Amino acid sequence: MLDKVAGFEAGAHVTGVRWLDGTAAFALGDGGVLLDRAGERRRVEAHPDAGALVVAQAGKRLLTGGDDGRIAATAADGTVETLVDEKGRWITALTARDDGAFAWATGKRVSARDAKGREAATEVPATAQGLAFAPKGFRLAIAHYNGVTLWFPAVENGTEQLMWKGSHLDITVSPDGHYVVTSMQENTLHGWRLADGKDMRMAGYPAKTRSLSWSHDGEWLATSGAEAAIVWPFAKGGPMGKPPRECGVRPAVVTQVAFHPTALVLAAGYADGAAMIIRLTDAAELMVRTADEAPVTALAWDRKGTRLAFGTEDGEAGILTLP
Amino acid sequence: MSDKISSDKIPVTVLTGYLGAGKTTLLNRILSEEHGRKYAVIVNEFGEIGIDNDLVVGADEEVFEMNNGCICCTVRGDLIRIIEGLVKRRGKFDAIIVETTGLADPAPVAQTFFVDQDVAARTKLDAVVTVADAKWLSERLKDAPEAKNQIAFADVILLNKTDLVTPEELEEVVGRIRAINPYARLHKTQRAAVPLAEVLERNAFDLDRILTLEPAFLEEDDHDGHDHHHHDHEHGENCGCGHDHHHEHEHAHGHHHHGGLKHYHDEHMQSVSIVIPGDVNPDRFLPWVNDLVQRDGPNILRSKGILSFRGEPRRFVFQGVHMIIEGDLQREWKPDEKRDSRIVFIGRDLDEKAIREGFLACAA
Repeated sequence: MLDKVAGFEAGAHVTGVRWLDGTAAFALGDGGVLLDRAGERRRVEAHPDAGALVVAQAGKRLLTGGDDGRIAATAADGTVETLVDEKGRWITALTARDDGAFAWATGKRVSARDAKGREAATEVPATAQGLAFAPKGFRLAIAHYNGVTLWFPAVENGTEQLMWKGSHLDITVSPDGHYVVTSMQENTLHGWRLADGKDMRMAGYPAKTRSLSWSHDGEWLATSGAEAAIVWPFAKGGPMGKPPRECGVRPAVVTQVAFHPTALVLAAGYADGAAMIIRLTDAAELMVRTADEAPVTALAWDRKGTRLAFGTEDGEAGILTLP
Repeated sequence: MSDKISSDKIPVTVLTGYLGAGKTTLLNRILSEEHGRKYAVIVNEFGEIGIDNDLVVGADEEVFEMNNGCICCTVRGDLIRIIEGLVKRRGKFDAIIVETTGLADPAPVAQTFFVDQDVAARTKLDAVVTVADAKWLSERLKDAPEAKNQIAFADVILLNKTDLVTPEELEEVVGRIRAINPYARLHKTQRAAVPLAEVLERNAFDLDRILTLEPAFLEEDDHDGHDHHHHDHEHGENCGCGHDHHHEHEHAHGHHHHGGLKHYHDEHMQSVSIVIPGDVNPDRFLPWVNDLVQRDGPNILRSKGILSFRGEPRRFVFQGVHMIIEGDLQREWKPDEKRDSRIVFIGRDLDEKAIREGFLACAA
């Protein structure tokens, strides 16, 4: 499998990667975006003199939020457009979806812009650490200290609180819209079943979970933060009382997870720089990248699931092309 | 995390001080002086400093409780997030300075660097530097618990605006500081003028840089409190070579003794220093000190110790912030070095008698 990988220098900390159709777009800590189309690479300056700190994908554009207070949209052809300028306030969280709608946070203030360009803003009780769109309707889940705020940006006073003590970091909503899951400062996950507000606690991680990925059928949630990808079963009533699967056990903490878009195959990147893909049905493992020290910080499948892009903290990158 | 990353941790200086003491003046000096270093500065208020060359980040001072069963264990949530972001911009700066508001307790900031494993893997707390106003500190120590915390917590204290007080007033305020914290390095300054090497990259939290736990009373006597022209001279003891200067301090102390540093006793905040002239038994000491900081951690702001374990050629050094304590065997005792065991606690309403008895019972 290693010979199907094209490796190259991205030049700076890879803070995220997304596929814009056939082009892999690597967001970089030095403010650049590296575009790779079938091995042909070019770099564009999305955040001159700043860094691309948070990353999302809005349709066919890569969105990056920087410490310059800007959200830049980079297209596969290298054009860069400034969508938001918060005048130097860090963009602390960012999310987007296929229709082009996106949402961002600067401290406690959360703003959302829909596909037609209509904008709304709200304030949450503490700094918004994570943002995720619900799959249906124009609704946003916001993780912050002591809980989650659910917000309908198009509705006046359209917020609802889910409380749980502690600092909530990243957030995801299940593809069926039934569950909200956050990662927490204390190396746990917390979940809510939205139908009845029932709490779920998913604990036992040695490190913080900073990467979450749903399987294509929505039945599994893969998570980083342990010396294996921890995969929680969400079919039929959720993970309560069920043990998770541990995939890709290695002597290094998993830092990135990415489920394949059409099959029960998971890609995992590790703190020692290794990356592998694991088939859930038979636990078969394929090494994609060998360990070299710097943690894997970005991992993404293309839409068809034939290519996997990855990047590391010290600026290495690569693309695996499946036969 | 891998060794490659942990080997070059980013030093972090925490800058505290009551409102109006001169923090911003010091910060502007750090940012404007030619020193060839680039700083990322985390400030609580934008606008007061304006330097293009360095990274300036606004913070919200969000103090989070950790749900880990440790009641005094608070961290700065915004700081964790900012450092996570700064790590992605590694290479743009050499060190980080965190400025806190005048009313802030330094503990959550300091604890962030020990409690959050991602922050601890990338950065190291270098020192807590407190800027104090010579004219108003004595008053603030009476009415503002934050001011007292900031003095108690400090590794380095800049007693600023000394031109605004009489020599007698200065002596009194120094006495009040020393009643709370006899161990910090104290610099008497005007307009925060101090050689930056006295403030930055002090390694105050590095176990292998804790060389001695002598009270710093002895070290400040090369200052002449009556002579304001000497406000920004170099401190001889601070050249980084440690013990060699020790004699000079004692001489300085000797000839200046007639000046008579006033001794104050602060009712609530004090330091306790206990020496065992010899070895301790680690099997008794380690459980004792752990229990002590677990039980009294909320009141213990800072702790340090250098211990001689029986049969162990190396010095055991520990330091702590509230309930968080870390210790390790460090360099070997030198042949001419007296193998004493010394501990120091700075805190509120410490039960000195109980601590003393507990520690003395650990003697080997």
